[in-house]
Amino acid sequence: MTVEAEIVDLGSRAAPKKGRRLRAFLRNPNFVAGAAILGFFVFLALFASLLFADDPQAMVSSPLVWPGDDWQFPLGTDSLGRDVLARLAYGAQASLLVGIASATIGLAIGMVVGATAGFFGGRIDSVLMRLVELFQTTPTFLLVIVIVSISDPSLGTIVVAIGLASWPTVARLVRAQFRSLRESDFVMAARSLGYSRLRIIVQEILPNALPPIIVAASVMIANAILTEAGLSFLNMRDPNVVSWGGMIGDGREQLRNAWFLTALPGAAIAMAVLSLNLVGDGLNEILNPRNEQ
Amino acid sequence: MGRRIATTLRRAAIHAGPTVLGIVVLDFLFLQLMPGDAADVMATEAGSATEESMAALRHQFGLDLPLLSQLGNFLDHLAHGSLGYSPRFNTTVLDLILQRLPGTLLLMITALSFALLLGIVLGSVMAAWAGKWPDRLLSVVVLLLYSMPGFWVGLMAVVLFSVKLGWLPNDGSETIGAHLTGFAFLADRLSHLVLPALALASFFVAVYARLVRTSMLEVQRQDFMRTAQAKGLNPFLIQLRHALRNALIPVTTVAGMHLGNLLGGAVVVETLFGWPGMGRLALEAVLARDFSVLLGVLLLSSLLVIVANIAIDLLHAWLDPRIGEA
Repeated sequence: MTVEAEIVDLGSRAAPKKGRRLRAFLRNPNFVAGAAILGFFVFLALFASLLFADDPQAMVSSPLVWPGDDWQFPLGTDSLGRDVLARLAYGAQASLLVGIASATIGLAIGMVVGATAGFFGGRIDSVLMRLVELFQTTPTFLLVIVIVSISDPSLGTIVVAIGLASWPTVARLVRAQFRSLRESDFVMAARSLGYSRLRIIVQEILPNALPPIIVAASVMIANAILTEAGLSFLNMRDPNVVSWGGMIGDGREQLRNAWFLTALPGAAIAMAVLSLNLVGDGLNEILNPRNEQ
Repeated sequence: MGRRIATTLRRAAIHAGPTVLGIVVLDFLFLQLMPGDAADVMATEAGSATEESMAALRHQFGLDLPLLSQLGNFLDHLAHGSLGYSPRFNTTVLDLILQRLPGTLLLMITALSFALLLGIVLGSVMAAWAGKWPDRLLSVVVLLLYSMPGFWVGLMAVVLFSVKLGWLPNDGSETIGAHLTGFAFLADRLSHLVLPALALASFFVAVYARLVRTSMLEVQRQDFMRTAQAKGLNPFLIQLRHALRNALIPVTTVAGMHLGNLLGGAVVVETLFGWPGMGRLALEAVLARDFSVLLGVLLLSSLLVIVANIAIDLLHAWLDPRIGEA
């Protein structure tokens, strides 16, 4: 009994200094700035329908009102007389949803493949790594285009396509973590206690392998948002959903006389992606023990 | 030296073999998943078709065979260099792609060189002044570049350089019908290349700058750096010949890993600037629902990535004498 308690303690090394860790988060300027911007976008996405009651696809004013000309529409209107600010808010929904959902799919596949390859090693490892290599050789964006064009360009297929194309990086990362952790003392101890492989993988190794995966997750969401923007710019998008990339695609027609229609949604994408990258950098500094000195 | 390069080359070729086969099989599976087959396409082209004529067409193209024999046929055609025929463009898929390949290669190589050059310069400057204000300032700039969609950077550059200033063209790869020769021809092509290359490179400038900064700082701790300093070599030369040369190994590795992304980015940038390349062809194929062309592009760009990675392995063998020995 006492032996087991000790081993459980070894397995969860990260737990004891919670208070100090929270302070480390708050003291990291990258993380705080990123979280603040991200929080703003999440707020915008969650309350878009309360803040802007009108349909973002509906014509509400004369077309091509410049930002600042009419304070009812502070960021102006597009070529169909639709409120740009409202569309930006609704676009945040699509971007964040696609980003989070596809990163979840990519993380799930990547973690299963990486954990299996890293834990078992040997032939399983070499076969799985070949698969990873295969997917890494294929240009991701082209692969996404192929998958989306097999089915319809709905929000669901776009999410699945980006998720299917983005798992190899996670798989490599998780595999490296598992390879270095599987020989460590606490895993040896768990093995000697006769824990099942699944329990060792999920309860012992995974919690210790998490920090770099969390960092990767924020970068994956950022990349998924960029990929979605590119797709919807190319008109491979759900026609019923307002998206930032799609707004850029529409605004491109008016590049000569109303460039703000292109500039604003692009700036929104850049800020959202920037916030996620800042969070990722911050998490990396906080969670990476090598940076602690 | 020659021996080492031969070893590296042989190893890379052995390693790439199964990957190529895997890509071909994956490609075939996608082709199977695509809605409709060649018979459907031809029937649509013809305007009308009976059940019997459709069955005859399927039989003629071997579409009624079991999946494995179809895969066999597919591999057989590939081995003879055939990627299929595009009814939409009325030419073979291979010809179609080969027509567009030079355009994409030109754009990619220009963008990659620009990204590497600027990335190395920015990264070295950041590493040399690590923690001081040039580093902080450039870090912000680099992080911004890292977060902006490349095609949007391109659009904003169009607003500035084409619409407002009128300096650079924003469509196509040359002035149509100008019949320029000599220097004027080169200048015309070059001016068309600037904006697309800039749009494609922006993200990768940031990637390489961050990477060069990290690896330059890492290299400073190595023993050979201390030895070089102890020998009293010129500090600038130490950074150039010893630090940068070693810092370039992770950079070239990552450049190889990002080649696929670069090709993917080319799809958007080529469409945006009307650049006659493989990426725009891929999108045209999607719009025309001509999947054999789309998959041909996917297959050929994957092969391109493999070839480029072999080239990078060779470059590594040259940069670091320890690689490829024994």
